[in-house]
Amino acid sequence: MNPEDIREKCKEDSVRIEGISKRFGKVQALDGINLVVEPNSVFALLGPNGSGKTTLVRILTTLLKADSGTAQVGGFDVVGMAQKVRSVIGLAGQYPAVDDTLTGRENLEIIGQLYHLGGKKSRARASELLEQFDLVDAASTRAKFYSGGMRRRLDLAATLIAKPLILFLDEPTTGLDPRSRLALWEVIASQAKDCNTVFLTTQYLEEADRLAHKIAIIDEGKIIREGTPGELKKCCGGESRISLTLYDRVNTQAAADALNSLAPGKILSSSETGTVSLPADGGSGLLSEVVRRMDSAGIVLADLSLKQPTLDDVFLAITGHTAEVSPAAGSKIAGEVR
Amino acid sequence: MMTSFSHLISDIAVLTRRNLIKYFRLPQLLIFNATLNVVLLLLFNYVFGGAIKTGGVSYIQYFLPGFLAQIVVFGSTQTSVGIAEDLTKGFVDRFRSLPMARPAFLTGRVLSDAVRYVFLLILLVIVGLVMGFRFDNGFLSIIAGLALIVLFGVALTWVGVFIGISVKDVETAQVAGFVWVFPLVFASSLYVPIATMPGWLQAFAKINPVTSMADVTRVLLLGGSVASSLWKILAWDFGLIALFMSLAFRRYNRMA
Ligand SMILES: Nc1ncnc2c1ncn2[C@@H]1O[C@H](COP(=O)(O)OP(=O)(O)O)[C@@H](O)[C@H]1O
Ligand SMILES: [Mg+2]
Repeated sequence: MNPEDIREKCKEDSVRIEGISKRFGKVQALDGINLVVEPNSVFALLGPNGSGKTTLVRILTTLLKADSGTAQVGGFDVVGMAQKVRSVIGLAGQYPAVDDTLTGRENLEIIGQLYHLGGKKSRARASELLEQFDLVDAASTRAKFYSGGMRRRLDLAATLIAKPLILFLDEPTTGLDPRSRLALWEVIASQAKDCNTVFLTTQYLEEADRLAHKIAIIDEGKIIREGTPGELKKCCGGESRISLTLYDRVNTQAAADALNSLAPGKILSSSETGTVSLPADGGSGLLSEVVRRMDSAGIVLADLSLKQPTLDDVFLAITGHTAEVSPAAGSKIAGEVR
Repeated sequence: MMTSFSHLISDIAVLTRRNLIKYFRLPQLLIFNATLNVVLLLLFNYVFGGAIKTGGVSYIQYFLPGFLAQIVVFGSTQTSVGIAEDLTKGFVDRFRSLPMARPAFLTGRVLSDAVRYVFLLILLVIVGLVMGFRFDNGFLSIIAGLALIVLFGVALTWVGVFIGISVKDVETAQVAGFVWVFPLVFASSLYVPIATMPGWLQAFAKINPVTSMADVTRVLLLGGSVASSLWKILAWDFGLIALFMSLAFRRYNRMA
């Protein structure tokens, strides 16, 4: 693509999905998805295991045909103009497609050549990316000896080799240690510029929150809520909370009453578990105020903690059930949802 | 049009090269392939060689031409495994999301396997020569004989490709790749003359393409009249290629 075309592309939506449905046997993997993703942004599709994220990515990247509905990527129909779509996208699948027997550099060059960059340009881009992704020292080592984080970086580098307009990342940080995850987040965040778009899927609320300009929450093949990270926090339990566990749970109501004026109407309490929580948006002064009030009410605490919201909290707030409990698809793995 | 054709050629070249790098870099594959064949050749020659009556000629003279044909029959079982591996490791998804020419992935696999067969044939011919085998025909006939073996290998490789993308996991591919070749190899004129078999098996052995292949190779390497077996094997080759190539491409393009 020449620069003119790219500027032209910036006027269009990066991804436009209308009524996409897909069924596998008895499982309705996608059920009437509608979404629009604007250029220059990071979009996160947030949902638990088995909610249909990979299926949607596969449809958008021309790997799978939907049963009904239409989708355009970069202005091209994913079915009618599949080859055009392929020339403007990069895909990093849920599991890194890294060739163990090849070196890091060879892995990149092969993908570059298959994007038709030519031998010389592929080599040059490979060098650039190895540098950018901190893989220079490992460039001539077979990928077999790479760590999980290095494999992810190499995989991501491969998808960037032809400077794709729209980048699809399916759970890019699942299974990574915190340090590698942070490093990858930086790279991902830096991609959404010059009319480029990142479409990522994730199970981590924190990841969507950190990276995305817009988040759509998917559950059992349906988009159940859409908005900016700020909007989702407000509406749907996406804020962090101060959580108190009482030594004696008979004090639950008393503790809730004592704290009520700090966050009127936003106190959650459960006398069964002896826990009380309130939104933690009052700065560090709030925490000491909570402790002071418990002290003066003579309520002893067994535990006091600051809880980051998880996907489960948001699900609970929106649907009334947590992400891992799903009557429709019995095979979902609860353990993978944090 | 011109660019899409040159893209097709370059994409096939890139993938062929990739597969060959992988093949020659994985010593266990190479060693398995090469050593197994050499060991089999030695075993058959010295264990059965004395017992099997081959009508005057020495056993290695009877056996080696067919054995060369057999290399590609067993070689094609690795095709299924290679394809299944690329599927399960996510390479097929990645390749299908690239703007590369659609037929390049499968065609690259077949071409790299053809190169592999050429390599193995040269190796086994050398071992055969050391063991006392002697070519007994014109240079062109010998080359034609070896080329026909590679063509037969290509035909069987398309069968292997189809099996590989149909089963989708490596272990199944390993088994599925093997089961169909055993009867083909043993119920043929490859190890023993067909006349020694019971009638019903002779019937199968006569239409078995491995029989035609072994017969043609024998004639082209050692002299004699080639015509009827030659037509048979060419018909098999192009029939198998036409059928399994189209089946494989259909499945690849529709794959979910
Ligand atoms: N090829 C397939 N065949 C049958 N069922 C599938 C296939 N792909 C996905 N599914 C089912 O569709 C649902 C959505 O899967 P997927 O899109 O992979 O979810 P996610 O990526 O959000 O974990 C799951 O119930 C899954 O089991
Ligand atoms: Mg998935």
